[in-house]
Amino acid sequence: MIAAAPPVLDQGCASAPVLRERGQREVFCGLTGIVWLHRKMPDAFFLVVGSRTCAHLLQSAAGVMIFAEPRFATAIIEERDLAGLADANEELDRVVRRLLARRPEIRTLFLVGSCPSEVIKLDLARAAQRLAGAFLPDVRIVNYSGSGIETTFTQGEDACLASLVPFMPEPAAGAEPELLIVGALPDIVEDQLVRLVRDLGITRVSCLPARQSRDLPAVGPNTRFLLAQPFLGDTAQALEDRGAVHLSAPFPFGAEGTTDWLHAAARAFGVDEMHFRATVAPGRERAKRALEHSRAQLEGKSIFFLPDSQLELPLARFLHRELGMVPVEVGTPYLHRAHMAAELAQLPEATVISEGQDVDRQLDRVRAAKPDITVCGLGLANPLEAEGFTTKWAIELVFSPIHGFDQAGDLAELFARPIRRRDVLRV
Amino acid sequence: MQLSVWTYEGPPHIGAMRVATGMRDVHYLLHAPQGDTYADLLFTMIERRGKRPPVTYTTFQARDLGKDTAELFQSAARDAVARFKPAAMLVGASCTAELIQDDPAGMAQAMRLDIPVIPLELPSYSRKENWGASETFYQIVRALAVGDSSRPAPCQAGSPRPKANLLGPSALGFRHRDDIVEIAKILAALGVEINVTAPLGASAADIARIGEADFNIVLYPEIADTAARWLERNFRQPFTRTTPIGHGATIDFIHEVAKLAGVDPSPALDIAEARMPWWSRSVDSTYLTGKRVFIFGDATHAIAAARVARDELGFVVCGLGCYNREFARDLRAAAADHGVEPLITDDHLEVEEAIAAAHPELVLGTQMERHIAKRLSIPCAVISAPVHVQDFPARHSPQMGFEGANVLFDSWVHPLVMGLEEHLLTMFRDDFEFHDGAGASHLHGSAPKAVPLPDQATGRGGSEPLGEPATAAAASPPPTPSLAAGQDGELLERTLWTAEAEAELKKIPFFVRGKARRNTERYAEERGLASISLDTLYDAKAHYAR
Repeated sequence: MIAAAPPVLDQGCASAPVLRERGQREVFCGLTGIVWLHRKMPDAFFLVVGSRTCAHLLQSAAGVMIFAEPRFATAIIEERDLAGLADANEELDRVVRRLLARRPEIRTLFLVGSCPSEVIKLDLARAAQRLAGAFLPDVRIVNYSGSGIETTFTQGEDACLASLVPFMPEPAAGAEPELLIVGALPDIVEDQLVRLVRDLGITRVSCLPARQSRDLPAVGPNTRFLLAQPFLGDTAQALEDRGAVHLSAPFPFGAEGTTDWLHAAARAFGVDEMHFRATVAPGRERAKRALEHSRAQLEGKSIFFLPDSQLELPLARFLHRELGMVPVEVGTPYLHRAHMAAELAQLPEATVISEGQDVDRQLDRVRAAKPDITVCGLGLANPLEAEGFTTKWAIELVFSPIHGFDQAGDLAELFARPIRRRDVLRV
Repeated sequence: MQLSVWTYEGPPHIGAMRVATGMRDVHYLLHAPQGDTYADLLFTMIERRGKRPPVTYTTFQARDLGKDTAELFQSAARDAVARFKPAAMLVGASCTAELIQDDPAGMAQAMRLDIPVIPLELPSYSRKENWGASETFYQIVRALAVGDSSRPAPCQAGSPRPKANLLGPSALGFRHRDDIVEIAKILAALGVEINVTAPLGASAADIARIGEADFNIVLYPEIADTAARWLERNFRQPFTRTTPIGHGATIDFIHEVAKLAGVDPSPALDIAEARMPWWSRSVDSTYLTGKRVFIFGDATHAIAAARVARDELGFVVCGLGCYNREFARDLRAAAADHGVEPLITDDHLEVEEAIAAAHPELVLGTQMERHIAKRLSIPCAVISAPVHVQDFPARHSPQMGFEGANVLFDSWVHPLVMGLEEHLLTMFRDDFEFHDGAGASHLHGSAPKAVPLPDQATGRGGSEPLGEPATAAAASPPPTPSLAAGQDGELLERTLWTAEAEAELKKIPFFVRGKARRNTERYAEERGLASISLDTLYDAKAHYAR
């Protein structure tokens, strides 16, 4: 049913030149990661140390969620905090004490750095240590940076998870190999994937982040880890520094991607090939059936990705290989060559891979290419629609369940719907 | 440091963006780190604009710091001018760029661009969005109108008709688009010509001829006040002080404008669409009398709303506040007029406490108060920014002028009617026609499910998924029939009532029964009465009668 993959004579885009651009970037900063991370770790609180702009960003990104007693806030730096650093530290301690007194159920407090706090060199790492003395063992205080000068959108999750790695315990001596799935996934997706892994016979499996922030899995030389998300370069590095071994795989989008991803684990844990095929077959078939619904709308359509989340390459691969779409340009804010090797190899050679952005020039390329659908942020989506382009706003791809077999159809539908809407409207 | 989840206002550069985005050929070069472009989506999503805001962000990153942010700034400036060909350019810094040592104004001026460059100093760590908008508009007017001010006096004589500028409407302004239409109608009736509307819809050239008007109409003081004062000093243009929100204020505004223009106000006074006064006098509105209303928003909208609430709907203002300190003095004066404590704060938790303490029957506020009111189950209407996407409607819905007053009446009374409706449904829940199993009368499909009225006292925790009303019933005290067997705590209180008085109480219409019970019990308690008889009931009624 699914179109046969183009013969793997060449290496797709594996060694294609990458267009590197620098200029205005129309992207979110890493603080935005808080909006989904705080839902994944219900016992953690995220305190941004930043400006009114940071608070305004979180408010705009979190939309209506901000009212449901959220577990994030901003300590807004004011003029008097800028007068002297010692003062700022005292102020921060005061805010943290007040916060933790009001929210005694919090087990982990993330002090999240922002552009202003980084530029004035407010040492949040030291602040975390200082405060840890006062609050451990009840509250663990962790620091990472979600600033725009250092992180783009989903890289905030990378920085957050990397900051947790030093707190992961050592496994017991002589422990069996264990599989670690890395990257925040919606609970239902996580459950599906863990179930499949267990069905393969890999019973020792855990996830980072864990649903309870203090329930961190162990890590050591016996750990094999699979990345569920493509934006976890620093976290992977930190895990490797603790001796863990990365299992190279495409990312689990679509029937193929999910199969290949699970296959990487199966091979590493010596799962019998027949058993592997038997285990994944039902889910894989369901996924393929679900994809058929969108295929008619998407096959042969061209797609242009503007950089946003680093999900662009795996999604382009999925749309190309499993739905027959034609990627014109795939932009990514940051390209991790090693983690993306399997994805790049499966993209058609003619695809332009771009890293970074000069948004006005990139929009010129969109206009010249006239793609059937353009994946972009909300700041660009309506203006492009007004110019007659069909768009898919990218942020939804980070908030919706899209990984694994049983979400493959939903993922395709996210791209098919704007095209269908364009076709049904008579206004 | 201030601990904050919700902010009523963004940082000041957002205010500058609102002015730039409202205008036609002004570009804003913002020295800012990667990520600050999030603000674009306020305009493209909330206001649903089909164009990107005219803002170029320099997008510096950590690796640029300390070496070439200045170079980055200048190349961004060159590219922006070449690509967008603006008539004037604003340059400024966002909060992070304010901390590094680059000087956007100096750098831009050193480039000797052949368009006017207007530097903005917006202190991000002490000021906010409205201030930023006001300062930006002032700087634009100052820079562009000054260039053309060689003439000695306002050119009042040269104009065949009196001319006025409309000052204050901007991008992302609450109902600014439609307010302009209403004000234009009034001015047309008065024979006053609109010289320039700014910033919304104005070009740099329009600003240059702003001095040609005879006077200014300040629609939103939060944005236009500073510029209007400067124009008054430099171009001898007087400006209006009345915000035409509400029927009475609109009439005052017409008189004020007519006086400044030297024309007869009457053609504008009897615009036929002023339905609000009759709607409010009609008997259906009698139940609005004395409703306690809590008002919070920006100072201009809050003060105007308080007047409408008291004088035009017959409400009682039980709380009045604003989040913008710049207009705290005006708000204090208004609060004194209404006999309430002014609430000037940008901390939504304080607002929530004040609302809970005031026990209002209606809340008029921002998006935030809408959520607070929802949590407290109080009807609410939105009167001020910040607002969400639904308050940038497709339909015409001004706040100003006579049509604005009509809109206010509808949008404030609507949640109350809904509130009464909901109240009635709850009260009648146990009625045979209205119990939960009966379904809605107009939906035959879901009509009687042949479920007898469940015994709610024991219905708690049933495995059947209960509809929301049923769940609410399960959580509320058991209905009247089980009162005799009442819960321990209540038993004592109930015994105070004689059977005769209790029976009489039940004859009182349900919507005042609770109040009658409370008043009678308080009356009895204050007098140390051992039981409540029929006489006590009516004595209390006489005592509390007004």
